[in-house]
Amino acid sequence: MARRSTSGRAGQGTWWAGLPGLAYLVALVLAPLVIIVIFSFLSRAKLGVGVKWEFTVQPYVELFYSESLSGERSFDPTYLQIFFNSVVYSLITALVCLVLSIPIALWIATRPPKWRTLLVFLVTIPFWTSLLIRTYAFVIILNDNGPINGALTGLGILSEPIPMLYTPFATIVGLVYSFLPFMILPIYASAERFDFRLAEAAYDLGATKGRVLMRIVLPAVRPGIIAGLILVFIPALGSFLAPELLGGGKTSMIANVIAAQFGASRNWPFGAALSVMVLVIVMLALVAFAVVARRSSRRGSQQSLESLL
Amino acid sequence: MKSPRGTGTSLKNFPLFGPVAAIVFGFLYIPLVFVVGYSFNSNRVVTVWKGFSLEWYADVLTNDDIQRAVINSLRVASISTVLSVIFATGLAIGLLRMARAGKTAAWSLIMAPLVIPEIVFAIGTLALFVQIRFPLGVDAITLAHTAFCIPFALLPIRARLRSVDLAVYEAAADLGANEWVIFRRITLPLLAPGIVAGALLAFIISLDDFIVSYFLAGAGGTTLPVYIFGMIRNAITPGVNALSTLLLLVSVVIVTVSYIIARRKR
Repeated sequence: MARRSTSGRAGQGTWWAGLPGLAYLVALVLAPLVIIVIFSFLSRAKLGVGVKWEFTVQPYVELFYSESLSGERSFDPTYLQIFFNSVVYSLITALVCLVLSIPIALWIATRPPKWRTLLVFLVTIPFWTSLLIRTYAFVIILNDNGPINGALTGLGILSEPIPMLYTPFATIVGLVYSFLPFMILPIYASAERFDFRLAEAAYDLGATKGRVLMRIVLPAVRPGIIAGLILVFIPALGSFLAPELLGGGKTSMIANVIAAQFGASRNWPFGAALSVMVLVIVMLALVAFAVVARRSSRRGSQQSLESLL
Repeated sequence: MKSPRGTGTSLKNFPLFGPVAAIVFGFLYIPLVFVVGYSFNSNRVVTVWKGFSLEWYADVLTNDDIQRAVINSLRVASISTVLSVIFATGLAIGLLRMARAGKTAAWSLIMAPLVIPEIVFAIGTLALFVQIRFPLGVDAITLAHTAFCIPFALLPIRARLRSVDLAVYEAAADLGANEWVIFRRITLPLLAPGIVAGALLAFIISLDDFIVSYFLAGAGGTTLPVYIFGMIRNAITPGVNALSTLLLLVSVVIVTVSYIIARRKR
């Protein structure tokens, strides 16, 4: 960390005021990540808790191959499938959030200023409530005896309840619900800075509303859309609660498999290797985001990221 | 002319945006309404309404295990709030004076807990604590929560610090105040609303956390969300809803207060 001269302006504190915080983050954020990487190259401990300090790439081999009792190795796509499913669920989640968020974000941005703050606050409230409880809400709603099935059978539309809970559908609904504010807020942040008189001008010059939206408004909120996609995709990919409570055993995502390795399966090195793979995917997603964002006004995306918090 | 100059209302309404917005707001709040509503159900089966009752509240409030979980949660949240606010205040001040390269590195480290999937952070911390033989339980949870509460505490403090007029410091320095006096008499009082807002956000982030607490709880560190998760896994009764309603209420009140404080006197 290069030190900048602090003599210029007195009284603003100095750079070293941040050192205790940085040291703490090195110990409790950086160190755990480093340990995960180290553990992923170590052997399984006898009793399953912790690791044996013997170098091996076995955990990474286990990602692709399974070993039969006689020791024969064969290709096993189980984990690749789970990774693939997790990425697909997260992409679907991000796209559904996008479709829901554009209308509400633009609608809020076109309200009078004093209403906007209140509406944005209403969007953020669910984010500050417990994710566990928000996920549990859908256990109730999607239940066979729940309000949706109750209403549909009560009205005679269905003769029997449709099983919705413990399906991929339930998982994706839960994921969309969990992360929707992460999409609405950055798009709103971009839309709020947009000068709607430009859209007005295009409209007056004869463009249809659809054309104004596609050609003028959406390009202007692109940084917000890109930020929103990444802000939804990343946490969705690492989700534990939605697949656990809503997907049942059938739709495990990566986080559930990782959790199992540190719980019942007692294979910490393999759990660590799975986590490293998650981090790799997250990093690839962030790089892709940075490339796309640079192409369309990088500053805008960063601002929308910051405005979220 | 479709829109007379000055009013500019014709484009304020894209067709369907209003109705879709209403549906999305419904989608955000109706699930929570169901959680709250069914907490007053006298039936054991949550989703089959029998009649209004407060018995589940009496039930959960007198349960010893739940009381222990609440105490654990409050202890973890209070201590990690204090620690994260101290670190965050230092970071907010320090970041102002860091060189560009240092600032970028520091900023990525601070924001890392928000970008890394929580499950990875949780098992990484578990691996760390097991490796250094730090016992699992409330203290382990508190240390981990402090780390990911720092960014939430930092943002309101930093926003506040940025809005301070630098001339105030120069005036104080010109009048002979040293760094410490300036910090205590000027910086801290000016930052106070940001610090309070940040502390409240850190508090609910810690109070609501499930995944990190779940992995670090050990035998005696069950927090309220970890306890609720166990209840959901076990048998769902309106008791889960009653407890959830209380936790929701705390979060909503705290975030509202934080919001009001942060917006005042900007």
